[in-house]
Amino acid sequence: MLNRNSLTPYLFLIPACAIIGAFVLYPMLHAIAASLTDYNMITESRFVGLDNYAQLAEDPFFWNALQNTLLYLVIVVPVLVIAPIFLAILVNRSLPGIKLFRAIFYLPVITSLVVTGLIWKWLYEEQGLLNYFLMATGITDDPVAFLTDPANALFSVMAVTIWTGMGYYMVIYLAGLQSIPRDLYEAAEVEGISKFKQTLYITIPLLKPSIAVVSVMSSIAAMKVFEEIYVMTQGGPLDATKTLVYFIYQSAFEEFEMGYASAAGVVLFLMTLCFSLINLFMLRKDK
Amino acid sequence: MKHPAFAVLNRYLGLLLMAVVTIGPFLWLLSTALKSGDENIFQYPPSLLPEDPTLDNFWRVIESQPFMLYLKNSVLVAILSVTANLIFASLAAYPLARMEFKGKNLIFIVLLSSMMIPFQLLMIPVYSIAISLGLQNSYLGLILPHACSAFGVFLMRQAFLGIPRALEEAAMVEGLNRLQIWWHILLPLVKPSLATLAVFSFIAVWGDFLWPLIILDDPGYYTLPLGVNRLANTFSMDWRLVAAGAIFSIVPILIVFIFSQKYFIEGAMKGSVKG
Repeated sequence: MLNRNSLTPYLFLIPACAIIGAFVLYPMLHAIAASLTDYNMITESRFVGLDNYAQLAEDPFFWNALQNTLLYLVIVVPVLVIAPIFLAILVNRSLPGIKLFRAIFYLPVITSLVVTGLIWKWLYEEQGLLNYFLMATGITDDPVAFLTDPANALFSVMAVTIWTGMGYYMVIYLAGLQSIPRDLYEAAEVEGISKFKQTLYITIPLLKPSIAVVSVMSSIAAMKVFEEIYVMTQGGPLDATKTLVYFIYQSAFEEFEMGYASAAGVVLFLMTLCFSLINLFMLRKDK
Repeated sequence: MKHPAFAVLNRYLGLLLMAVVTIGPFLWLLSTALKSGDENIFQYPPSLLPEDPTLDNFWRVIESQPFMLYLKNSVLVAILSVTANLIFASLAAYPLARMEFKGKNLIFIVLLSSMMIPFQLLMIPVYSIAISLGLQNSYLGLILPHACSAFGVFLMRQAFLGIPRALEEAAMVEGLNRLQIWWHILLPLVKPSLATLAVFSFIAVWGDFLWPLIILDDPGYYTLPLGVNRLANTFSMDWRLVAAGAIFSIVPILIVFIFSQKYFIEGAMKGSVKG
């Protein structure tokens, strides 16, 4: 039973490897190969070398999508890295009812993004609740065209992504916070160091590993946004909310330019890979 | 120095404010779903409490759209996907945690790195593979891509590593084979991790939109997120109905969440930190 040439371990691994192989690893290679062809699922695929990539480089719609994705990264990621730290600090205290608050903050995480998107589309209506508040409090005089003005739409969608992600990253930080030894704070307390300085000099530095994890997870998530956009704006108005994934989806499933879409997919993959490698590097350095 | 009671009060104020931001939108959705056709849902000032609360919108949604069918599809797909993931991931995790064999490290590294590849990059080839396997418009097609996750293998491997080897050796002396050890000895000991994985894969399958959107064109196989999206398109934003449909799709996962809240939060913590 224990002999090293036994087939047993392989038998245990077969189902998992078959599924992950068929739906992740093989598709990965397939995607790279397809990006070098004019694959469209109708006519025979032809090898075109780097033509798709060259075409991407000249496609203003691709550049627009890339730009929107980068904007997403630059704005959403810092917010989702920093804000949930404070939320986690807020719930990391045994107070009566704190578990209920944690659960409430986690609620958007379990809700399907399609539903989340629809809820916000409703709040963003021209005569909707949000505009009512903005006007009632005198912040604006006229209703804001959250989703219909190209200047606002991308930011409005970002707000939804942030709202949805807060609870998730809060929980990750909460785990990090709970691994910080309590006596550090007790010592600081004795020294008379203020709560604010404790946060700055104890909590934040010791949260570094969690911060690294959240940075990468939120970056990868930001590069993948699709559902919110699909439901709220369909990429509009005037392509203002068209991101890379939306571009890939449209090229592949609406225009059937699968080879071309695959090339854009490879670009997206290289971007994600960069973030994963930066993360690994940072974690290494920490140790 | 600030009074401690004041600090606690401040904290509760912060918590309440965030709670309003978080559940406010859900409550507004619920309120809209309960408003009758006579009530102006765009009135100024908006009223959170419906004048004449009614379940009409829910009945209208269920009558005009096969929401019960969507619910059935969602439940079926979620249960089968989660079960498959639990079984396959923990099967694969056993040799990776406890056996010596050729290629172990390579398999582990390849599985781990597959966690880094987001589905969005794979949707085109996965679609064409699914088409060539005849998985379009089928439950199997909805389930298979969710049937085993590398994250699950990783999580279960961590759990198995924490079990003393002596238990396994004792079971071997008793004459149990590896499969029996896995089922009778190991699995019962890693129930919390199984629960975590179950909860995680449940959220992922239940909320999944992109994959079903790609692989289905027959509404007979639609899951709830697709149903809600279809509802939103059909009634060109009669918000009462859209809200009712959305609430309908939230309630089941909310029930699961309430009963297994512990695993949601703790599980997320476990999964993230060790990941």
